[in-house]
Amino acid sequence: MFKIMSDIFNIFVRSVFIDNMVFAYFLGMCSYLAVSKEVKTAFGLGLAVSFVLAITVPVNYLLDKYLLRAGALAWLGERFATIDLSFLSLILFIAVIAGIVQLLEMVLERYLPALYMALGIFLPLIAVNCAILGGSLFMQERNFPTVIHSFSYAIGSGLGWLLAIVAFAAIRERLKYSNIPEPLRGNGIAYIITGLLGIGFMAFLGI
Amino acid sequence: MKKYLGPLSKDNPVLVQTLGVCSALAVTAQMKPAVVMALSVTVVCACSNLIISLMRNTIPPRVRIIVQLLVVSFFVILVDQVLQALLYDVSKMLSVFVGLIITNCIIMGRLEAFALSHKPLPSLVDGVMNGLGYGLVLVVVAFFRELLGSGTLWNHPVVPASWYAAGYMNNGLMILPPMALILVGVLIWAKGETRSS
Repeated sequence: MFKIMSDIFNIFVRSVFIDNMVFAYFLGMCSYLAVSKEVKTAFGLGLAVSFVLAITVPVNYLLDKYLLRAGALAWLGERFATIDLSFLSLILFIAVIAGIVQLLEMVLERYLPALYMALGIFLPLIAVNCAILGGSLFMQERNFPTVIHSFSYAIGSGLGWLLAIVAFAAIRERLKYSNIPEPLRGNGIAYIITGLLGIGFMAFLGI
Repeated sequence: MKKYLGPLSKDNPVLVQTLGVCSALAVTAQMKPAVVMALSVTVVCACSNLIISLMRNTIPPRVRIIVQLLVVSFFVILVDQVLQALLYDVSKMLSVFVGLIITNCIIMGRLEAFALSHKPLPSLVDGVMNGLGYGLVLVVVAFFRELLGSGTLWNHPVVPASWYAAGYMNNGLMILPPMALILVGVLIWAKGETRSS
């Protein structure tokens, strides 16, 4: 029991700091660069990403484990044990993500209007955010033993993404007042700062 | 003609429009995966542009995003299977980033902005040009990262052994992920410099 708990905690810490989605794998860079002009909106998007990740990754995990993986259909009987449907995973994952985002939007609007307002237009945009699909694909690659492990991975990745975009937005707010060479303004300096932040995050490799 | 050449430099999807950055950076530690990735994106972008443009008058606008996602993921699965069959080592190196072509904003962006309102042939050309514009950045970044980071190009050593004997060292930092970001930043800077002068 203790072993499992510490495994889960390890996965969590690892995915927040060491395998940070933005700095180590560049996932979700497009929205990271586009929506980081203000801390407040950045926080909203970060929350939405964490939220959707925490739901879609475990769902896709179950789908992968009981439907797609080689031998996953064994629970249907002997004859199905040799079927490997993993080539379908891309199309199923993206369909699940698009469906869940749509569903979430309706549920939130009905029952949690405050959160719905806070997430605003970010929720529908998230279906095509590579951080979400990337989360599911990395989950598939890492072969987590139980669904709780995958949940902890999803929460960790989401929080890591949130941390990255909020830190970056805070830096960017200050950047407005600094004297940057004309051609480097805007995106140029944004990339370089992200790179420097990434180098900073590499210090966590030691944990 | 000029309209179609735009993506290569003036309207480059990565440098100017900041689209499709996610995968552009992760696969550029070496030339070979970068070139394979560039070709895959070009193929997917051109084919899905063509198909969506053929269907543009029959897709109901409310469900167009889902239709686009399905068409794109169909081509990505094809590309993924072909890579696994023919170039297994590169496909292992690219790992999840082939799958992530589905959510590459260049492709969705081109479908929305071009294929939905243009005839099939121009859409095909536009898809190819945007794929190549994206590939160009990938190859340039990968060229510098591989040359400075491991002293090789396309896995062939190019830095002479006598340099190493004289004390030359590979810059290990170049291989690490953050340097890709910094290199793209420098590319944007260089591009801005040429435009303003």
